[in-house]
Amino acid sequence: MATVHHHEYDVVIVGAGGAGMRAAIESAPHAKTAVITKLYPTRSHTGAAQGGMAAALANVEEDSWEWHTFDTVKGGDYLVDQDAAEILAREAIDAIIDLENMGLPFNRTPDGKIDQRRFGGHTRDHGKAPVRRACYAADRTGHMILQTLFQNCTKLGVEFYNEFYVLDLVLTEEKGTTRTSGVVAYELSTGDIHVFNATSVVFATGGFGKMFKTTSNAHTLTGDGVGIVWRKGIPLEDMEFFQFHPTGLAGLGILLTEGARGEGAILRNASGERFMERYAPTIKDLAPRDIISRCMVQEVAEGRGAGPNKDYVLLDCTHLGAEVLETKLPDITEFARTYLGVDPVTEPVPVMPTAHYAMGGIPTNTDAQVLLDNTTVIPGLFAAGECACVSVHGSNRLGTNSLLDINVFGKRAGRNAAAYAKKAKRPALPQGTETFVVDLIEKMRTANGSENVAAIRKELQLEMDRNAQVFRTEESLAHAQKIIDGLRKRYDKVGIHDRGERFNTDLLEAIELGFLLDLAEVVVVSARNRKESRGGHMRDDYPDRNDKKYMKHTMAYKKGAKIALDWKPVVITNYPPMERKY
Amino acid sequence: MPELGVVHSFTVTFIVRRFNPETDQEPYWQDFDVEMYSTDRVLDGLHKIKWEQDGSLSFRRSCAHGICGSDAMRINGRNRLACKTLIKDLDITKPVYVEAIKGLPLEKDLIVDMEPFFAAYREVQPFLQSTSKPDKENIQSPEQRARFDDTTKCILCAACTTSCPVFWTDGQYFGPAAIVAAHRFIFDSRDEASQVRLDILNSKEGVWRCRTTFNCTEACPRGIEITKAISEVKQATISGVRR
Repeated sequence: MATVHHHEYDVVIVGAGGAGMRAAIESAPHAKTAVITKLYPTRSHTGAAQGGMAAALANVEEDSWEWHTFDTVKGGDYLVDQDAAEILAREAIDAIIDLENMGLPFNRTPDGKIDQRRFGGHTRDHGKAPVRRACYAADRTGHMILQTLFQNCTKLGVEFYNEFYVLDLVLTEEKGTTRTSGVVAYELSTGDIHVFNATSVVFATGGFGKMFKTTSNAHTLTGDGVGIVWRKGIPLEDMEFFQFHPTGLAGLGILLTEGARGEGAILRNASGERFMERYAPTIKDLAPRDIISRCMVQEVAEGRGAGPNKDYVLLDCTHLGAEVLETKLPDITEFARTYLGVDPVTEPVPVMPTAHYAMGGIPTNTDAQVLLDNTTVIPGLFAAGECACVSVHGSNRLGTNSLLDINVFGKRAGRNAAAYAKKAKRPALPQGTETFVVDLIEKMRTANGSENVAAIRKELQLEMDRNAQVFRTEESLAHAQKIIDGLRKRYDKVGIHDRGERFNTDLLEAIELGFLLDLAEVVVVSARNRKESRGGHMRDDYPDRNDKKYMKHTMAYKKGAKIALDWKPVVITNYPPMERKY
Repeated sequence: MPELGVVHSFTVTFIVRRFNPETDQEPYWQDFDVEMYSTDRVLDGLHKIKWEQDGSLSFRRSCAHGICGSDAMRINGRNRLACKTLIKDLDITKPVYVEAIKGLPLEKDLIVDMEPFFAAYREVQPFLQSTSKPDKENIQSPEQRARFDDTTKCILCAACTTSCPVFWTDGQYFGPAAIVAAHRFIFDSRDEASQVRLDILNSKEGVWRCRTTFNCTEACPRGIEITKAISEVKQATISGVRR
C-alpha cells in the first residue's frame, strides 16, 4: 500500500506555468504557499508562447486600453464578459511593467522603451487599422515570461513540489456551503501519496489540446485540473470554443507565431494569391485567428491549397529579409528549418490550422473565484489561466491576450487566495481524504486489460480532428460523441505494462487519457447544443451567429454519467453586439 | 521540403540504456526495432517503443519542439534534445544509441535527478536585483539589451552541464548552465548585483574550473555560445563588467 504524507499550507497552487507562478509571487510573501506541479516549472507550456503580450502602453503609437477592451470583445464575437475584458485591458499596463521590473528582457525601441508590434485583431480606434500593442521578447515572449516568473519565485524562495501530480480536489460541506480543504497528489518519483490540507487552492493547470491530433500543445496538456473539478461536480463553461491557430507547421502542428504576420508576413494559396484580402479587406492577414483559420480551410476545400496534395497554404516571410527573421523571429525560423527543411528566408512555409487554446474552462468571477453555478462562489477555490473561463476570451481569443490573462488573473488569484487564507480558518479534512487517489492509482497500476492507452488516445485525437475541428456539423459531432462513448468503454478495459512505483509514466499517461476522454465529451456535447456559428465554433449547418438564441455562455454539469447543459448570461457593459467585420 | 503525402518508412534499431531502480542492480542496454519516417524525431521513436512495445520505458518530455527542455539525453554519445534530433540527420544504417545524460544521479531509464542541477542554478542568484522603482519600465537601449540576448535563450535542459568533463569528474563545479544564468544578469544594464555573482563564480568551484573544451557550446540545443559566455564572465572577474 502506498505511503501517505500530510502537509498543511495556507495556499496551495496547482500548476507552475505562467498563471501558477504569477499567483505564487503574489501569495508567497503573505501566506504559507506551496506550488504543486506535474512538471518542473520551466517545462510548462507558457514557455512555448511566442509572439507577445498585449498592453496599450502607447510606446510607439497612439493607443488606449479602451480600444484594447473593444478589440477583445469584438474578437471574442461578443461572448466576452465585458467587465472582465475591461479589467484585462486596464491592468495590462501594470502587468507589463511588473514583468519588466522583475527583469523580463523585452525588445526595446531606439529610445530604450519596451517595443511593440502588431498582432491579429488589435486595432486603433475600434477597428480603423492595426495597432502596435504587443510587447515582445523576440519570438520567445512566453519563454521569457516563464523564466522571469521562475527567477522571481527562486528569489522569493517559493516552495515547489516538482513532479507531483494532483489527482483530487477535496471539497467539504460546511453549513450548507461547499468549500475546499485541499488537494491530494501522487508523487511521480516515489509513487507516494501526499495530502495537502489548505485554506485556499488555486488551479492553474493549463489546457487540454491533446484531445486533438494536430495541435501546438505539449504532450502533457491533458486537462487534468479541468477534469478534476469536472469530476467533483463543478460546471465547465463554454467548452465548445476551442481555438485553432492558423499557422501550425503543416502536418506537425508546431506553432509559428502570428507575430510573423504582425511583422508583415502574408498568407498565400497555391497560385500565390494573398487570399485574406478577399475575406478581411481592412486588416487582411491580421484578422483574428478564428477567421483566418476558416479561410485557410476553405481555400484548401475549394482546391486552392498548395503542395503535392493541395492540403496546405503558404506563409510567405521571404520579403521580410534575413535580418528581421533572425532578430525578431529567430525561433520560428529555426522550427521551419529543423522540422520541415524549409528556410523562411527564401521559401514560403507550409502551414495549416493547429488546435491551440481552450477559451472555455472552469468558470470564475473577476476575482478568480471558482463558481459552483452561475453565481455561487466556492470559498477558497480559485482558478486562473487557460484552465479558467472568466470569460475574457469569449468565443475566440485574440493573440497576445493569453500571456496577458495569466499575468492579470494569475496575480488576482494569488492575491485573493492569500487574503482569503489569512481571514478564514483552515477547514479540517474529511476522514479518508486520500482513499480516492490511493484506489485510483492502485487500480491503474495493476490494470491488466487488453486495451492499449496509446491506441485509444490516437483514435480520440484523429476523430476530434475529423469531426470537431475548424468546421463542425450535427452529423460530425454526433459521430464524435458515439466514438467517444465507444472509447470510454474500451478505456475501462485498459492494461498497462509498468507495475513499478517509481516514475511510472505508463500509469501517468493512462490517467491523463481519462481526463482527455471526459473533456472531449464535454466539448462535443456543448458544441452539438450550440446551433449557431460564433468565433472558434463554426457550424457548417448553422453558418450564422444567432444572438437571439445563443448570446449566452454554455454551462455544462456532470450529472452521474450524463451531461446536463444550462446557460449563463453574458455581461455587457459598453459594447452592444454588432456584426463582426474586419 | 519533405514530400508531404509520400511515405517511405524504414526500420531503425534503437539501443536504449535501461535501468529500473526497483529491480536492476546495474543499467543495461536493450534493443528495439521501430518503423520510422525520415522526418520523425528520436522522441517519436521513443514514443513508438513506449506506446507499442514496452510501456515501462521511462523518459521526460513535454512540448516536443525544443522549448521546454525536458528531453535532453545522450544520443549516439552526444547530448541532444530527443525532440530536435531528426532521424534523417542520423546514420540509420547503424543503431541509434540512447542513454540518460551523465553526471546527475540516474533515477530510471532516461530520467535523472535534476535537483543538483537546479541547486547550482539557484546558487548564482538568477534574478534581477535592482533598487530602482520606476512607475514605468526601466530604460534600456537596444544595444544594452543585445549585450545579454544570447544567454536569455537558455531553457535549463542541462545538455551543456552534463556534457562537461569537469562536471562529470567533480560534482562540485557549478557547471555551464549556472554560469549562463549568471551571465544573463551580470551583463544586464538594469542589474546591480553583478559583483556578488562574480564573487560567487570566482570561487573554487566557479568559472576557473572551465577547461574550454567547447562541449557545452556543441551540446546547446538553443545555439547559445556558452564557452564564450563563460570566457566573458572570467574576463569580468578580472577587469570588471563591460556592458
